[in-house]
Amino acid sequence: MKTLETKEFTERPAVQQATEQLKIVIVGHVDHGKSTFVGRLFYDTGSLPEGKLEQLQRAAERRGAPFEWANLMDALQSERDQNITIDTAQIWFKTAKRQYVIIDAPGHKEFLKNMITGAASAEAALLLIDAHEGVQENSRRHGYLLHLLGIRQMAVLVNKMDLEGYSERRFRQIEAEYSAWLKEVGVEAKLFIPISARNGDNIAGRSTNMPWWNGPTVVEALDQFVVGAPLLNLPLRFPIQDVYRFDERRILAGRVESGQLKVGSRLLFLPSNKSSSVKTIERWNAPSQDVARAGESIGITLTEQIFVERGAVACLESEPPLELTWFKARVFWMGREPLRKERPYKLKLVTQETDCWVEKIERVLDASTLASVERTDGEQYVGRHEVAEITLRTRKPIVFDVHQDVAPMGRFVLVDGFEVSGGGIVAPAAYPRRTSDSSLKSSHLYWSSGKVTREHRARRNGHPGCVIWLTGLSGSGKSTIATELERELFNLGKQTYVLDGDNIRHGLCSDLAFSPRDRRENIRRVGEVAKLFADAGLIVITAFISPYRADRELARSMLPKGQFVEVYVKAPLEVCEKRDTKGLYARARANELKEFTGISAPYEPPESPELVLPTDQLTVEECVNLIIEHLHLRDHETIVSI
Amino acid sequence: MDYLSKLENQSIYILREAFNKFENLAMLWSIGKDSTVLLWLARKAFFGHVPFPLVHVDTTYKIPSMIEYRDRLVREWKLELIVGKNEEALRAGQTYPNGRLSRVACCSLLKKDALKQVLEKHGFTGVIVGVRRDEEPTRAKERYFSPRDKNMEWNVEDQPPELWDQFKTDYAPGTHIRIHPLLHWTEINIWEYIERENIPVIPLYFANAKGERYRSLGCAPCTAPIKSQARTVREIIEELRNTKTTERSGRAQDQESEDAFEKLRRDGYM
Repeated sequence: MKTLETKEFTERPAVQQATEQLKIVIVGHVDHGKSTFVGRLFYDTGSLPEGKLEQLQRAAERRGAPFEWANLMDALQSERDQNITIDTAQIWFKTAKRQYVIIDAPGHKEFLKNMITGAASAEAALLLIDAHEGVQENSRRHGYLLHLLGIRQMAVLVNKMDLEGYSERRFRQIEAEYSAWLKEVGVEAKLFIPISARNGDNIAGRSTNMPWWNGPTVVEALDQFVVGAPLLNLPLRFPIQDVYRFDERRILAGRVESGQLKVGSRLLFLPSNKSSSVKTIERWNAPSQDVARAGESIGITLTEQIFVERGAVACLESEPPLELTWFKARVFWMGREPLRKERPYKLKLVTQETDCWVEKIERVLDASTLASVERTDGEQYVGRHEVAEITLRTRKPIVFDVHQDVAPMGRFVLVDGFEVSGGGIVAPAAYPRRTSDSSLKSSHLYWSSGKVTREHRARRNGHPGCVIWLTGLSGSGKSTIATELERELFNLGKQTYVLDGDNIRHGLCSDLAFSPRDRRENIRRVGEVAKLFADAGLIVITAFISPYRADRELARSMLPKGQFVEVYVKAPLEVCEKRDTKGLYARARANELKEFTGISAPYEPPESPELVLPTDQLTVEECVNLIIEHLHLRDHETIVSI
Repeated sequence: MDYLSKLENQSIYILREAFNKFENLAMLWSIGKDSTVLLWLARKAFFGHVPFPLVHVDTTYKIPSMIEYRDRLVREWKLELIVGKNEEALRAGQTYPNGRLSRVACCSLLKKDALKQVLEKHGFTGVIVGVRRDEEPTRAKERYFSPRDKNMEWNVEDQPPELWDQFKTDYAPGTHIRIHPLLHWTEINIWEYIERENIPVIPLYFANAKGERYRSLGCAPCTAPIKSQARTVREIIEELRNTKTTERSGRAQDQESEDAFEKLRRDGYM
């Protein structure tokens, strides 16, 4: 191998312990030497497995073909046409300073999609330009996309300098041309390095072929990059990934995307606009710490139980994100079908998901020229591999930041059918800030009001609509109280209706079982139905075990303040089990019924219900009277006496 | 944040995404170091719990102490274990150790097809697997959330883009998604983490009196130990820092033909 004989390979000092890792992506126009560069980089940093190089060289010799560095990375059969086995492709390498991870090995057909996949998680990028061919379409496109993806650390490697006689003039020419392009894109041109990947010039060792070059080698340039974006100093953003109920605790799980939260921090949850404080920060098999910083996947518990679900974003009240049903964005499209205005897409932004559609396509760009794309057919769409400035409209309010302010909250993907088809960043615009009165926001945003108002109905009925929410163990007396209360209210001339657990499960919720997830959905549906009935002016009585506090809080949050009356129908388990009117306890004890509340599933008693009815001490009549008294009290205070 | 914590946090995030997005989720557990680290990470993600079943594909040719170790952890950590076997192939004696099949064909029946059978039987739509990019070249091309079609096949030429931890969690009926929370870890990272967390690993990884240890575990007839004096986790890490042989060099099926492993993986192997 000529190139190897002429090039002295210097052994690098053994790496002690790599204390940090930097993720890099390598991009550039096809055939500008990405694979060759990676092969050479591995060799020059001593990162190749023993015997690998010799094996490849022998294989090349057998085929009578010249050895190519690129073969090292071309591992998949579809990408190679020669008959050699490559049983390893480590995609990480080490320098004296740290470990590097090459996120996506180059050389794939669908390169743009892979390039974007790799670049999106990279902390730095190397962009290769062939000194002989000069700046090409993908050199420009990749440069633009790196910028769009938020990569701010980049070195441009002018490769194949050997083909240009190691000419400084040629190097400076390309440097000038590409710097001008980057400037147009909005990037300050930082670092250009002349290299020959094939011969190893200026990769790990300084080239003797280019004595005019005083700048860094590639490895030196890499070692100058900084690890980790400064997300810690940004406002707190803690998107909820999931809510777990383990070991009798309700844990909100998620990753701190920016800033930090502490035990005691007062958190505002958007879009529900509810507040609570951090009681504990939960980790498993880790030292206890009262603070969680950007990048940590943790769990928290709250001091006051409020309803929170996946997609909520916790922040500090002093520095909230934006919360709207529209935003402006720059998107790049990878879908087979173009991005069109009339089609619905799914938007995913941190853990939020909502349907959305393109309200306006401001401009479609060719990412390799930045020229506007004019459609000859007069249609408006964003084609595959095109970039566009658009306005998105979402079905639900979405919590976000402008990308340049808080990057993790300002980037999103669009899903078309089953496929992630586009990505984008939130562009700056004149967004209205959140107002403190958000009662008209979130769930009420698309509430259509008729001409007959809640007040009109209340005046005619002589009472407002409300929900009497009976909760308690099976056999505690909920249904008995509910039917008796309904009869009494009816006799008093009130509009009333009972939503009974068993009845609802026969129809509306017949598709649900008794897992925590299904129970939550059951209660959500009941809550929504109760809300509609109450809005129609009825005194709705619900009789559901509703064992989880958070689920009841969800129901409460659906109704105007004061119109949700939580009644804890309280009887000891032994009493309920003794009553066992439906024979369910016996079956649960015999293991015939799974997830039976009180036996094999938990019941979380209300912390501050409007009423508690100890049914082992009170008669049904007494219970009903207590509820009616409570309602009358409220009647005098509120709207009923209009 | 140190790099092990970074790796850990990313894996936890992925596990939680998987748990949220897939109603019918399972984790493959090969008893080896990687999937045991994965199991540990699941306990991290879910605060000491493992809220989905583990699937062990048992070829019946595993090194016997692997099964003992498996059953011990199942008891101690209160795990739900599903054992998958290709009973039909085993009954017919269609195996490499019986001399009837090549190594790769044996893998294909006893591992790949057994896996397919167990996934179909339980209707799993999300399967968590502990593969790493640095293990071998086809795995280097993987995604964190990697779709498999109805025949369990992997279309490596047309993989979904993966941006900013937004994964492919929408999939057509009949297809499933492989989830790879350890994709970004290296072999050394695994051992460093085992050391940091004090995770119990099977003793086969440590050098015995003959000066041999297993670096990668598989079926007894096709897995060879390496020469080694590493008797502790720390010594293994030191050894790996200085080695230049590949992790799977002791796995004979990989060497049987040049693209053996690639073919297996395209057809649905882990």
